Amino acid sequence: MSLLHLAIISPFLLAVLVPILYKLFRKVHTGWFILPLPLVLFVYFVSFVSATSTSQPIIESFTWIEALGIEFTAKIDGLGLLFALLITGIGTLVILYSIYYLSKDKEKLNTFYVYLLLFMGAMLGVVLSDNLIVLYAFWELTSFSSFLLIGYWYDREKSRYGAQKSMLITVFGGLSMFGGIILLYIMTGTFSITEIIAQSDVIFTHPLFVPALLCILLGAFTKSAQFPFHIWLPDAMEAPTPVSAYLHSATMVKAGIYLVARMSPVFADHALWLWLIAGFGIVTLFWGSFSAVKQTDLKAILAFSTISQLGMIMSLLGIGAAALHFDGIDDKYHTIATTAAVFHLINHATFKGSLFMVVGIVDHETGTRDIRRLGGLMQLMPITFTLAIIGSFSMAGLPPFNGFLSKEMFFTAMTHIIDFNVFQLDTWGILFPVIAWIASVFTFIYSMILVFKTFTGKLQPEKLEKKPHEAPIGMLISPIILASLVIIIGFFPNILSVNIIEPALSAIMPEFLFEVHISFWHGFNLELWMTIGVIVLGTLLYLSLAKWRKIYGLFPEKLALNKAYDHGLLFAQNGSLKMTKMYMNGSIRSYLIYIFAFFIAILSSVLFSQNAFKIDLEHAADVRYYEVLLVAVIVIASVAILFVKSRLTSVILLGTVGYTVALFFVNFRAPDLALTQLVIETISVSLFLLCFYHLPKKRNEERMAFKATNLVISIGVGAVVTLIALSAHSTKLFESISQYYVENTYTEAAGKNMVNVILVDFRGFDTLFEIVVLAIASIGIYAMIKLRMKGAK
Amino acid sequence: MIHTVVMISIICIAVAILALTYRVIKGPSTPDRVIALDAIGINLVALIALISIGLDTNAFLEVILLLGILAFIGTVAFSKYLEKGVIIEHDRDR
Repeated sequence: MSLLHLAIISPFLLAVLVPILYKLFRKVHTGWFILPLPLVLFVYFVSFVSATSTSQPIIESFTWIEALGIEFTAKIDGLGLLFALLITGIGTLVILYSIYYLSKDKEKLNTFYVYLLLFMGAMLGVVLSDNLIVLYAFWELTSFSSFLLIGYWYDREKSRYGAQKSMLITVFGGLSMFGGIILLYIMTGTFSITEIIAQSDVIFTHPLFVPALLCILLGAFTKSAQFPFHIWLPDAMEAPTPVSAYLHSATMVKAGIYLVARMSPVFADHALWLWLIAGFGIVTLFWGSFSAVKQTDLKAILAFSTISQLGMIMSLLGIGAAALHFDGIDDKYHTIATTAAVFHLINHATFKGSLFMVVGIVDHETGTRDIRRLGGLMQLMPITFTLAIIGSFSMAGLPPFNGFLSKEMFFTAMTHIIDFNVFQLDTWGILFPVIAWIASVFTFIYSMILVFKTFTGKLQPEKLEKKPHEAPIGMLISPIILASLVIIIGFFPNILSVNIIEPALSAIMPEFLFEVHISFWHGFNLELWMTIGVIVLGTLLYLSLAKWRKIYGLFPEKLALNKAYDHGLLFAQNGSLKMTKMYMNGSIRSYLIYIFAFFIAILSSVLFSQNAFKIDLEHAADVRYYEVLLVAVIVIASVAILFVKSRLTSVILLGTVGYTVALFFVNFRAPDLALTQLVIETISVSLFLLCFYHLPKKRNEERMAFKATNLVISIGVGAVVTLIALSAHSTKLFESISQYYVENTYTEAAGKNMVNVILVDFRGFDTLFEIVVLAIASIGIYAMIKLRMKGAK
Repeated sequence: MIHTVVMISIICIAVAILALTYRVIKGPSTPDRVIALDAIGINLVALIALISIGLDTNAFLEVILLLGILAFIGTVAFSKYLEKGVIIEHDRDR
């Protein structure tokens, strides 16, 4: 247990204290007690910056389950540190923002901060764990705390719907990832990511490589809202805005990105990795930006924008994998994709966080997030407007903000993809820059919608619930800090490159030496013309939005993925209900048919597939004539039971069978059995008579109805049992142990009746519990007769 | 010699039981069946006795005694049931 472990679990420890603090200090907003923790953690993690950029990663181990090789190994390298700084830094700002956003009188602050701290600790655990099982445990904890936070206003139906949806999708992916982890363990024999990376050659040729890759990717795609699993993210916008800003833009949705980046050294050599990640990423990029334009809710626009930007980072990570096939060539274009991915990851966290906070302010001060009701807020909320401009322009990729730089690098990576001649990238690669460019045009459009539909135009005070005014300063601090970061990184992009981006890159691609230099101005090249094209076409399309917006109406609602999800869920529910109703029909006859049919099917198939059936009459005893007679009696009586009309006759015939069995016992030299059988048979026949006498009088006595199924099944059961009995008798594997009893009954147990000695001496325990069974039966009968509960049905 | 006699006797008894079984199945009335059943019981006593002779053992003498008692009790119970509708009557003093 080191300080690093303490840092990871400190949010959980504080979460325990939150309800106490909430109850004790009702006058102080609980958020103030929480605020110092992420700040301290942020400062603590900043202290690692110089260490990770120069030397080996810092690894601290703590044994959890030694026998299974599960250790809580915390590892800080460039990638983990980058995420830890994002989590704690934005966490601090979000908590500060939430103090002003959430009212201390109306909201249940204790649960909010407990959930938020749970999430923060879980997320730190995800990015800093080196052990895959620990990573998975924290991963599920992020899903779980996200579920709680989305459903924070649990009295709203949409919150519950969104929480359930995100839970189902992310836990589905999480479980699949768990499968991938287990496959990796099977291949390498370790859960440690460092050691798995060291064994990546072994894994690459292993037959389980592709299944493991697919399972891990499924986990990453569901968490990071990649197409077609992105549908949970827009519905997660029912959460309070600080939660949306923190979880659903800056941290949790990037856990999938983290996983892909972390697993790159293991899987990235394979063509499937490149094509899946780059392909799904680019589709997500396009689909997210295309869908964002049609939204009318500000948070929905931001949700689809997040989806789109995550797709962009994902596709960059995928294309970055191509660089691995060009080792030795010193060409900066091969590694630029990964650099762009990490750089944009940081940029996206800054501007998307501030945009969510801006939207939260607009919502808080006007009472609505619907762009059709908003407009003309520029004069009323000048600071918020400025922040929105900075965030949106950065998102759209305009200079001089940081989004411009990462968008340029993105274009560079995409246009150079054609140069790669691996994995058929030279033929199909042309699709990537084209789709990326079109998606950027849509990105531009929705960024403009976000700013200008909200802040310019005509103010419509009659549609707003409150009189709009500027937000309090406390609420503005966090977005101001984030927006200033946007500008600072935009003007001085290299402040992060040596200390943060380079160590992160060398964690993603350990084979390369990185020297990141992000130039603010790189001359008139293809990428710049592409950006100018985006701006021109985007402006034209934005101005003519009203004319072409109808094309969204053309898209059939039935094909939408949300419909598919809803119908799928309904189908699963109704389908299982129907299936259950089909076979669980409440009739014992049917259940008996299932049981016996399975009995026949399984036993006979085993008997014949194992070729186990044989008849060996060598050890069979001679058949004597009175045995034949007895068998004849028993057969006639049994068959007659099936055909007689009166119940009384069947009882008597059953008695006949029982008495004949007693005769068999006599014939096969079992006097004790014969005695017992006679008495028991008499008693049970009289009990049957008792039951039948009390049956309702009205029912006409008639013969058993004939059913072909029953006939087939009963004959089948009889045949199978007969076959097994014959085979079992014919396959004597070893001698019986009865000789021991014969020799020792008198000498050891002082008895001459061997059956009785076995019952009470050699194996007396069985007898004891047979007695218990009889006692229970008699008590049960007494209770059933005597106990008539009043009022019970 | 003795075994041949025992065998012939067993066959005779068995045929008698078969014939009685026919009566049990056919009826036509319940008393017919009860009488037939009682007779089967007695025949069983004979049969077990013969088998005991055939097997040369006296281990089955208890079975014979028990069968005699059971056949008697069973027949009495049945008769009472046919006559009164109940076998064990309720105590009327209470």
